[in-house]
Amino acid sequence: MAEKRKLRDAWLHAGIPVKPVYGPDDIRRLDYHRDLGEPGEYPFTRGIHPEMYRARLWTMRQYVGFGTPAETNARFKYLMAHGQDALNVAFDLPTQLGLDSDDPRAEGEVGRVGMAVDSLADMEEAFDGIPLDRVSVSLTINSMAAPITAMYYAVAAKQGAAPERVVVTPQNDILKEFIARGTWVYPVEPSLRLVGDLIEFSTRRYPRANPVSVCGYHIREAGCTTAQEMAYGLAIAAAYAELMLKRGLPVDDFAPRISFNFTCWGKIFEEVAKFRAGRRLYARMLHERFGAKNPRSWMFRTLIGGGGSAFTVQEPENNIVRGAYIALTAALSGAQTMALPTYDEAYTIPSAKAQLIALRTMQICAEESGAADTADPLAGSYYIEWLTNEMEKKIREELAQVDRLGGIVEAVKSGVIQAEVARQAYLFEQKLLSGEIPKVAVNCYPGDAGAGEARELEVYSFDPKVAAAQVAKLNRLRRERDNSAVERTRARLRDEARGTANLMEPILEAVKAYATLGEIASALKEVFGEHKEPVAV
Amino acid sequence: MGAHKLRILIAKPGLDGHDRGAKVVAQALRDAGFEVIYTGLKRTPEEIVREAVQEDVNVVGLSVLSGAHLPLATKVLAGLTAAGATDIAVVVGGIVPEADVPALKAAGVEEVFAIGTPLDRIVEAFRARAHALESGG
Repeated sequence: MAEKRKLRDAWLHAGIPVKPVYGPDDIRRLDYHRDLGEPGEYPFTRGIHPEMYRARLWTMRQYVGFGTPAETNARFKYLMAHGQDALNVAFDLPTQLGLDSDDPRAEGEVGRVGMAVDSLADMEEAFDGIPLDRVSVSLTINSMAAPITAMYYAVAAKQGAAPERVVVTPQNDILKEFIARGTWVYPVEPSLRLVGDLIEFSTRRYPRANPVSVCGYHIREAGCTTAQEMAYGLAIAAAYAELMLKRGLPVDDFAPRISFNFTCWGKIFEEVAKFRAGRRLYARMLHERFGAKNPRSWMFRTLIGGGGSAFTVQEPENNIVRGAYIALTAALSGAQTMALPTYDEAYTIPSAKAQLIALRTMQICAEESGAADTADPLAGSYYIEWLTNEMEKKIREELAQVDRLGGIVEAVKSGVIQAEVARQAYLFEQKLLSGEIPKVAVNCYPGDAGAGEARELEVYSFDPKVAAAQVAKLNRLRRERDNSAVERTRARLRDEARGTANLMEPILEAVKAYATLGEIASALKEVFGEHKEPVAV
Repeated sequence: MGAHKLRILIAKPGLDGHDRGAKVVAQALRDAGFEVIYTGLKRTPEEIVREAVQEDVNVVGLSVLSGAHLPLATKVLAGLTAAGATDIAVVVGGIVPEADVPALKAAGVEEVFAIGTPLDRIVEAFRARAHALESGG
């Protein structure tokens, strides 16, 4: 008699073991109407729209930005000519940190990982010929979200776009920056004030803006598990909701415009279950805890972008295959918007060709695969429904842990969350080393990739002339504008920053006077000071 | 005599805020028995040099993902030389294209751990350095 083979272990990133087979017993207590509901109905487990992609396909929104605003503008137009229907802007690090391109600390970084923005003039150039009353734009900007979004609103106004037609999504999630991505500037409290100012201002004046996009994405990229990604995202959303309630804004005024940005890579079904559980938890949180009455307030609307950390520098063409699975996973997860990393993202600024392949991958998934034919096609699968329940339990455990730490804001200030994310990143790396997490052409079937042979990679070559051109443009601006007007607006900004007023009006005034981002950011820094990072490893 | 207790400073120069790799390497080196100091984000080359000298480290590990590795590493090396701390080795990790490795080495960087380098290879390289120090090499 043949000896039975030992079963291979299967674990999910959230620490959940997977059985070889699932059946009716695994979902005995599942109540369709209570736990799932129809797509488009509370608690939205099956998706936020009744017909999902049959009525409206997800928005294709590749993350783009490099060099000067003019170069970025050309790439925007290239992708839109190939069917991309929305934009997602990458800013360089000096811009993300409120430094002008000629700041000594910006040396070597201008235009490198995104486009450089020094003033309103740059934003005008970036969106030249792009109608902001028709194209929806994400701005991947956080500590500088208030001034950059003010610039965006100013450009839209100059184009003649009515405020009620402007669909813009500044990321504006500073808590995530403190945890994961590091582009913080001011201490936690004034940073939160700026987040709140932008949400409040936009809610009142730009009804279709999404003034915050809560990013579990970057926290997962920094190392946390799937369940932590969702839990931290939900905790951050709750913190911003509390912030707005404290200002006296009714929950149904701002909650419908809260949006999310999550990653998805790794195990397909775990990711799908993560999003189904997340939608259910979010709907219940807004309904039960915050008392929201408008169904739109309960909807977890999210961009799902594949994480670059899933990709490998070894045999980078394999990343095209990984990207295709990620697109399918995001579609099965009910994404409203999709962005995919490019196959060369693990090691360089994407080439136009790589970006087109990523766009085509999403389009093939949308048009050819059938993934968009019906809402939540995996519903009713014993495995998916069981796993959705298990993910919900795990996410609730992580949320309870955040509560024990005194809430997400306190956990960020103390650095406990940062240390936990770093610990998880290390555990993940150890599992890669041991082979417990398989990675093709890295730790299994390594072929030549592990042999350290020279790889032929096409790498974006950075042109130092970009920085010189940007600085020349900045100097010209400083000569040609009314510098006394700039100083007046900065003085007002400093004054109002010392009080408690909403800072968006004075920021907008400075922006319109062509104050530079560095001038605006430093005026606020004089009042707010700078964040001191709790270094926790 | 036991193995040399290498003291290592892991630093993130420049503006790049992605420190997953820096933190993972710091934890791995600490687990391997080394003394590791991680100084956090956005350190200037001057700050890194000052901390390296004050902490009397043997190695400075610079983690750079933004593409600014060459100017940043060059400044740190120049700073160490000016401080008379030429015995402190500098290694670089992060997104470093192979084409840039010769320039980094020519500038005085001892080793480059480009993205994709297995963690155990990095730890092994530090062990080898500790042994070399131990035997007076």
